[in-house]
Amino acid sequence: MFRRLPETYQGWVSLTIDGGVCVGREGDSVAALLLEAGYAACRNSAVSGEPRGPYCMMGVCFECLVEIDGIANRQACLVPIAEGMKVETGAGRRKVTP
Amino acid sequence: MSAFFDFAVIGGGLVGAALARGMAREGLSVCVLDEGDVAYRASRGNFALVWLQSKGINMPAYANWTRRSVELWPAYAAGLLNETGIDVSLQQDGGFHLALSDIEMERLIAVAEGVNGQPGVKPYPYSVLDGDEVRRRLPGAGPAIVGGTYSPLDGHVNALRLYRAMHKALIAAGVDYRPGSRVARISHAGGFSLSIDGGGEVRAKRIVLTAGLDNARLAPMVGLSAPVRPQRGNIIVTEKAAPFLKMPVQTVRQTDEGSVMIGDSQEEAGLSEDINSGIMGVMADRAIRMFPAIADLNIVRMWACLRVLSPDGFPIYDQSKTHPGAFLATCHSGVTLAAVHAAVLAPHIARGTLPEEAQAFHAGRLHVPKAA
Repeated sequence: MFRRLPETYQGWVSLTIDGGVCVGREGDSVAALLLEAGYAACRNSAVSGEPRGPYCMMGVCFECLVEIDGIANRQACLVPIAEGMKVETGAGRRKVTP
Repeated sequence: MSAFFDFAVIGGGLVGAALARGMAREGLSVCVLDEGDVAYRASRGNFALVWLQSKGINMPAYANWTRRSVELWPAYAAGLLNETGIDVSLQQDGGFHLALSDIEMERLIAVAEGVNGQPGVKPYPYSVLDGDEVRRRLPGAGPAIVGGTYSPLDGHVNALRLYRAMHKALIAAGVDYRPGSRVARISHAGGFSLSIDGGGEVRAKRIVLTAGLDNARLAPMVGLSAPVRPQRGNIIVTEKAAPFLKMPVQTVRQTDEGSVMIGDSQEEAGLSEDINSGIMGVMADRAIRMFPAIADLNIVRMWACLRVLSPDGFPIYDQSKTHPGAFLATCHSGVTLAAVHAAVLAPHIARGTLPEEAQAFHAGRLHVPKAA
């Protein structure tokens, strides 16, 4: 669905998404890489439970929430990818265990 | 275009929206002149409690007025749902004030006894709880809690949905809502003439000032007085979490959609809406001592907003002696009082009077010299 502009080439960065190895370009946001990797949705709404994915790509809509390196519900569009990063999709409502 | 309205309401926040809808339902033609979202909008920044306990020390009329509104709220929410299809998620299962030290606990008890011990106040039901009882009633409450007070009459709503529902109800009631209309001047000759910033004029037989902080500027134009000042409050909002907090605490609540809100700071900072990170830190620390598990939640938003505060902290409801037909309504508890504003205050103002229960709130009470 998304294709890269040829002039955006930078160095390679490898990380895992849901346990699978994925290679992106230096400077990509996690959300950009998710879209390139074919993820239309990356979480379920905390209110309705319906699937949601990256939308505004600029930190406003909070639709692209994923777990990054063990921290839940981070905005994927605001986090640049990094070597060895672990991204987990598919989360729903955050659980608070009293 | 020179429509002549029965009423012009100046200010489209929670107070103005409640009054305008109520007056339109009395069959009057009503126009709302609203500055718009560039305004210092307390209605968009509030903490969304529908709250009774602790309110009304030194002013029994305020305790009773608040009680009346809290009791009217279920019917008000049902009416909004009926008119707009929007459920404002009113929850009135009770609420807590919590203490993190013995001194705070003594203060909570003193306030509860102080309000309810006043002549003329119908005492509200409440219980004084020790730390273990709080922890039994509120799963997730931490060991740092010394105790608290609980009242079954307290609750909260979804404030954003409330504001939207109130505006949708305005339109449904036939009110002429005009955003981007800051009133520059008011003149009075055979009715009121309101000149709008940037051009234009609106005429009305009578007017109500519900402009929050801007009432201080507008009131003297029609022989009224509104010595209100801004008081800054900070609010922290976390990501949405599965429901764990069953009832609201005065400074910590979980919304119907799962966000945890932490609030209730009070600062004198003029018209600055900057957030204060020192105060935010203290608020977060206190909230975590109350509910340790929320320490893991991400904070997604913080904001500061300005309360509209009179010198004694209570509302001002007044009508002008020199400019008959000019009314003033201003308060800082626009959510809690929305129901009584819509159901009681609006029909009275529509008839050109103030209700008996609101008589004590005239601005004249504030014009007494300080004791030497």
